[in-house]
Amino acid sequence: MINSILDVEEQIVVKQKPAKPALQGPGIMSGAQAVLEAFLAEDVDTIFGYPGGAIMPIYDALYDYQEKLKHILVRHEQGGIHAAQGYARASGRTGVVFATSGPGATNLVTGLADAMIDSTPLVCITGQVFAHLLGTDAFQEVDVVNITTPVTKWNYQVTDASEIPLVLSKAFYIAKTGRPGPVLIDITKNAQLDKFSYEGYKRCDHIRSYRPKPVIRKEYIEEAAKLINEAKKPFVLWGQGVILGKAEKEFKAFLEKSGIPAAWTILGASAIPTDHPLNVGMLGMHGNYGPNVLTNECDVMIAIGMRFDDRVTGRLDKYAKQAKVIHLDIDPSEIDKNVKATVGVWGDCKETLPILTKLVEQKEHTEWLEKFHEYSKKETELVIYPELNPTGEKLTMGEVINQINLLTKGDAIMVTDVGQHQMVTCRYAKFNQSKSNITSGGAGTMGFGLPAAIGAKFGAPERTVIAIVGDGGIQMTIQELGTIMQTEVNVKIVILNNEFLGMVRQWQQLFHDKRYSFVDITSPDYVTVAKGYGIAGRKVSARGDLQPALQEMFNHNGSYLLEVMVAKEDNVFPMVPQGCSVAEIRLA
Amino acid sequence: MDKKNTGNVSGSPSLTGGKQEYTITVYAENQVGLLVRIAIIFSRRKINIESINSSPSEIESISRFTIVIHETVDVVKKVARQIEKQVEVLKVYFNTNDEIVWQELAMYKVSTDQIAEKVQVERLLREYGARAVVIRKDYTVFETSGHREETDRLISFLSPYGLIEFVRSARVAIIKASHGFHDKLKEFEEAEPGEEAVENEYLNKQEEVFTM
Repeated sequence: MINSILDVEEQIVVKQKPAKPALQGPGIMSGAQAVLEAFLAEDVDTIFGYPGGAIMPIYDALYDYQEKLKHILVRHEQGGIHAAQGYARASGRTGVVFATSGPGATNLVTGLADAMIDSTPLVCITGQVFAHLLGTDAFQEVDVVNITTPVTKWNYQVTDASEIPLVLSKAFYIAKTGRPGPVLIDITKNAQLDKFSYEGYKRCDHIRSYRPKPVIRKEYIEEAAKLINEAKKPFVLWGQGVILGKAEKEFKAFLEKSGIPAAWTILGASAIPTDHPLNVGMLGMHGNYGPNVLTNECDVMIAIGMRFDDRVTGRLDKYAKQAKVIHLDIDPSEIDKNVKATVGVWGDCKETLPILTKLVEQKEHTEWLEKFHEYSKKETELVIYPELNPTGEKLTMGEVINQINLLTKGDAIMVTDVGQHQMVTCRYAKFNQSKSNITSGGAGTMGFGLPAAIGAKFGAPERTVIAIVGDGGIQMTIQELGTIMQTEVNVKIVILNNEFLGMVRQWQQLFHDKRYSFVDITSPDYVTVAKGYGIAGRKVSARGDLQPALQEMFNHNGSYLLEVMVAKEDNVFPMVPQGCSVAEIRLA
Repeated sequence: MDKKNTGNVSGSPSLTGGKQEYTITVYAENQVGLLVRIAIIFSRRKINIESINSSPSEIESISRFTIVIHETVDVVKKVARQIEKQVEVLKVYFNTNDEIVWQELAMYKVSTDQIAEKVQVERLLREYGARAVVIRKDYTVFETSGHREETDRLISFLSPYGLIEFVRSARVAIIKASHGFHDKLKEFEEAEPGEEAVENEYLNKQEEVFTM
């Protein structure tokens, strides 16, 4: 617990402006002001929000805090929460959201569900009607706490101003510690308006009933090390836990000493560079050939900070049955949930990995690694090369991503929406540093990409942020172009337009006899739409125009929208069809 | 970690992986909304809660939920972990019926005329361990406590004489093997990271007591 708080602070020292705004001392203060004081004490610098009746006292207080807290006015609350997610994922900090009561709050639900399943730390503040009106069907009254209970790590309704400092300190503590997640605090209007005797802000560092960080039990790690040392064909699967635990260095050290080939879930991508010799690629339904097939050949599987999602495992009763499984996770309910662990190591991998590294023998699994390379050769020949070097007239999604790689050298943050373009980006994008792949993994939320990219840029302003979106997803949250216009945030938007809801079309082609039921989607003239928002743009469909257009996009000072027309009926391969074992992965 | 997928007691039907009755005991902070948080863990998985009771525990300010479900040990284990994951939950135990002592309270309202005329009240009180709570001219209320079958037996006995109203409480249960929650709580309250390691060691002892 103590360590994790230090981590946060360490990072803040690096990220924060040197002069920290002075905090208010004890005195009489409104609940609304106490919310903002809590933000300052928690080193919040950016809020994504949208005002409304029940949250007006907080917005009124914010008027006096404009110098200290940056507020990004989004165009829809869903855009606000996705932006906060992008901010959190790019920065490793907690995203903060404001929304009003009723529809403002219900518009957060999709983002909460997304953040919950993808373990993104958020603190969302919603306004609520006056406490005396609760349960009267008042204007814009919705039972927000109960609606959001299944999609929050914790939520709470404040009806008394004096509760605010303590509740907010708990909110930030819970969101960020253990397995992170979204927290929602619903504050009635009277609690925002009422004055109370403020006694200063104390950061929460302990809740009796909540144990986010277990002390490491060395005997389990010893058992794990023994299995690893005896293994002939060990295989590491890593997930976002490595990134959330800020354990990239520790993870790399473990891999390099043990010499074990490692594959990633899409949320784990970028924790180690794409071109690391032990990085053998992506797991799951559209992952790489070797990692999927060899899952069913390894003798010891080491899962680190991942949760064996069904899109990763395929058919469970045919998943790695031959392997002994070591599962490192900070959330004990994940151990044995989907895949039974031979050895479960409950703990923060930043702490468990160094102990494990010390205990494992220095090895090189050359022959075993070579097997991955053999599968990779076959995949390159049959899938990757044709995708990246197509001979057809139409552009492929893969070649667009490849061209982007050549220009960014793998230094950009890639934010994707959901669908074919997402899988293609995860497969082909090159990553040199951690926190570079921001995508909606567990929830698969279309509309995530554009707002998340906006948030990512605020979270990591020094980096290039590219939103890769499809023609379906962009239309779900296209209104956030307005946020880009107003804030002048520099986001590069690449729409891969195949004039279809491509992933659904792919499934209909493969599993529903080409009955293309309502996947034929039309698009507006995106370049004109962008122009309407004052955003530069261009549309390309010829191969020769692609590279210059991308170059123009990167050279442009400010946001830019590039629409790329790609082949209409391309499919993403390899693919593990639903209900099949990972070993039954198809290359075509 | 223990690899065996056993229930709480070796030789219990749970070894076969079949469904049986489990009593889940939850120690939690007394907080508005927690009941919903716990209840939806079951409803999300389409598990019917047979009985749920919330009451104070032996420790002030800590509530104790007693939940009965009919499920396989695998499901119960996962559900218990999901409950324990909630911020306000301190501890979750789950037990088969042979590991607990439990009672349910039942009340029966019958017509006093009928009962006085046709039933030997003394026999009723003795055989069924029933007590008369209220005796009025028009009706009499009996109560009894025990296992489901025991309270059921009194229903079938009274039914022919016109049972006007019947109600049965949720199950309350005491865990036979538990040494109480006091010591555990002290560990929590000390808030020393070292204390939590003690928690973790129970990962090994799932036959005895479930905990994380």
